[in-house]
Amino acid sequence: MTALPYMLEARDITKVYRSEAGDIMPLKGVSVELAPGELTLLMGPSGSGKTTLLSILGCILSPTSGSLSIAGYSTAGLSAEGMADLRRRHVGFVFQSYNLVPTLTALENVMLALDLRGASRAEAPDLAWEALAAVRLSHRAHVMPSKLSGGEKQRVSIARALAGAPSVILADEPTAALDSENGQAVMALLAEVAKDTRRAVLVVTHDHRTLKYGDRMIRIEDGRIASRARRRLSEVNNEFAPAA
Amino acid sequence: MQTTAEPASVALPGQPTLARKGMMRLPMVPKLAYRNLFHDRLGLIVTVVGIVFSVVLVAVQFGLYLGSENRIAAMFDHAEGDLWVVPLGTKSFDDPAMLSGRERHGVLSTPGVASVQELAVGFVNWRKPKGGSTAALLVGSDVTQGISLPWNVTEGSASALAAPSAVAVDSTYFQELGVGGLGDRAEVNNMEVTVHAVTKGIRSFTTLPYVFTTLATGRTLLGASADQSSYTLVKAAPGTAVEELRSALAKRLPDAEILTHAEFRKRSLDYWLFETGAGAALIAGAVLGIIVGMVIVAQTLYASTKDHLNEFATLRALGASAGYINKVILIQAILSAVIGYVLGMALSLLVIWAAEDSTLLIVMTPHLALMLLALTVGMCVLAAICAIFKVIRIDPAVVFSR
Repeated sequence: MTALPYMLEARDITKVYRSEAGDIMPLKGVSVELAPGELTLLMGPSGSGKTTLLSILGCILSPTSGSLSIAGYSTAGLSAEGMADLRRRHVGFVFQSYNLVPTLTALENVMLALDLRGASRAEAPDLAWEALAAVRLSHRAHVMPSKLSGGEKQRVSIARALAGAPSVILADEPTAALDSENGQAVMALLAEVAKDTRRAVLVVTHDHRTLKYGDRMIRIEDGRIASRARRRLSEVNNEFAPAA
Repeated sequence: MQTTAEPASVALPGQPTLARKGMMRLPMVPKLAYRNLFHDRLGLIVTVVGIVFSVVLVAVQFGLYLGSENRIAAMFDHAEGDLWVVPLGTKSFDDPAMLSGRERHGVLSTPGVASVQELAVGFVNWRKPKGGSTAALLVGSDVTQGISLPWNVTEGSASALAAPSAVAVDSTYFQELGVGGLGDRAEVNNMEVTVHAVTKGIRSFTTLPYVFTTLATGRTLLGASADQSSYTLVKAAPGTAVEELRSALAKRLPDAEILTHAEFRKRSLDYWLFETGAGAALIAGAVLGIIVGMVIVAQTLYASTKDHLNEFATLRALGASAGYINKVILIQAILSAVIGYVLGMALSLLVIWAAEDSTLLIVMTPHLALMLLALTVGMCVLAAICAIFKVIRIDPAVVFSR
């Protein structure tokens, strides 16, 4: 199987919400590519269309026009269940509010994601433990979310996203609810996850302290891509050069 | 590169292929359903109380219905015969009139008849020994011919009824009849009778006490002639087609109606249960129980689903199919149903046990217990539909707005 140049490719994505008060167009022809082994930061002010774009890239919303393919599979013409199937198999999510199931332990939350992906009873526990080990949380496997700290919850959320090895991980403000230390730890973890060339990671963020973890940065304003930048290879700080 | 192949077959190099057919799936759906259910203890208690109330109400109503059926059909279940010769227009066993008196000979002279037994049945005035009177239903049968009326004799014996003016009464009617046991005397239609046998548990649906006696005494007490009876029971000879025998008897006895045992039984049941509305009231009570139970379960399941809506939205965002989430809700409903059913049945059996010596006859059969289980599960599954509709409309995009 030939390696894909992009794990996710969105072309000229437009989204229009029609209402009696008039049409609202949060996205106006946005194109995004996520390459494997890279962490891309998506930044922009509130109301710029970040969340709408994330929802479309995660196959949760359908674009009004434009095309999207994930792991080489187009979303064109897919039903709601088809979209659910695609995101189940190829997209992992990390949410701002973690969104862990409060009645399940950390391990069970990860196993739930594996169950959704059709994991068998034999392989799921090992995969879940591996995912928790990857986020260095094996020792908290049997703890309920209410007993975990914010940072730990987000790490479980990352483990859940990692379980089943998705092609793309989409993180929505993963550090917004965390203190600085935990936020840095979570970003470092996501950067580590992104090094795996079998997947691409997109992080929506407002937090400028996260810049150092990105390989690329896309800035969105008023529903359009305002700029794209790639980290200078020689730089260790927050230096991004305009992308070609 | 753009393809539209089925995503289910997609696997990147190095990715584990998780969806393999024939593998044992994780029990995450029942686990999630169980945890959701027990997470909200108060909600669970409300749901279970609703189901228990419903199960008990339906069990008691249907139990009363079956008890009524048993009481109405009791005479048929203890009187043996393939065909009944009854006066024209007879609505039920407890609605007796007298045949003309020629029936016995007409029946006996019909080919294919093995034996004939007669019953003299009629309303009588029972005068209590210490004053006062009450109506009763007198059943006179030929006890010497081995007919099994009365049954459940606890004191004296059925054969003791052969004594002059001997009667059998049921112990549950002692107070109403003003007697206390064997040897007590009373008057029936101004003629003295003596209690020679006591039965237990023979109660009529109409609440009128049954008084058993011999055919001859019955005729005397009812003022009937020596060859008159209310019903003539016909037993067909082996190898005789009952329908053919019925046609032959109908030709010979144009002033009477010939009914099969099952037909007369059903006619009596239909009359008391449906024409009088008694059965309909019991069924309406049971239906009410089902509706109340369903509404309570639907409300609590809906509330529980609303409480867990964020989790369901997360599941949907993670790619759970609608079927996966529906399964969680349905299992919650079925778990509630089973818990409610077990507790409800235990309480129902307690009620039945407590009512054993009362005038109420509540019957529980394995068939009814199974039907109640199916009904409870069905009720809870139907109630889950509201919750499922709520979940179907979840927009998974809400996971980004929180």
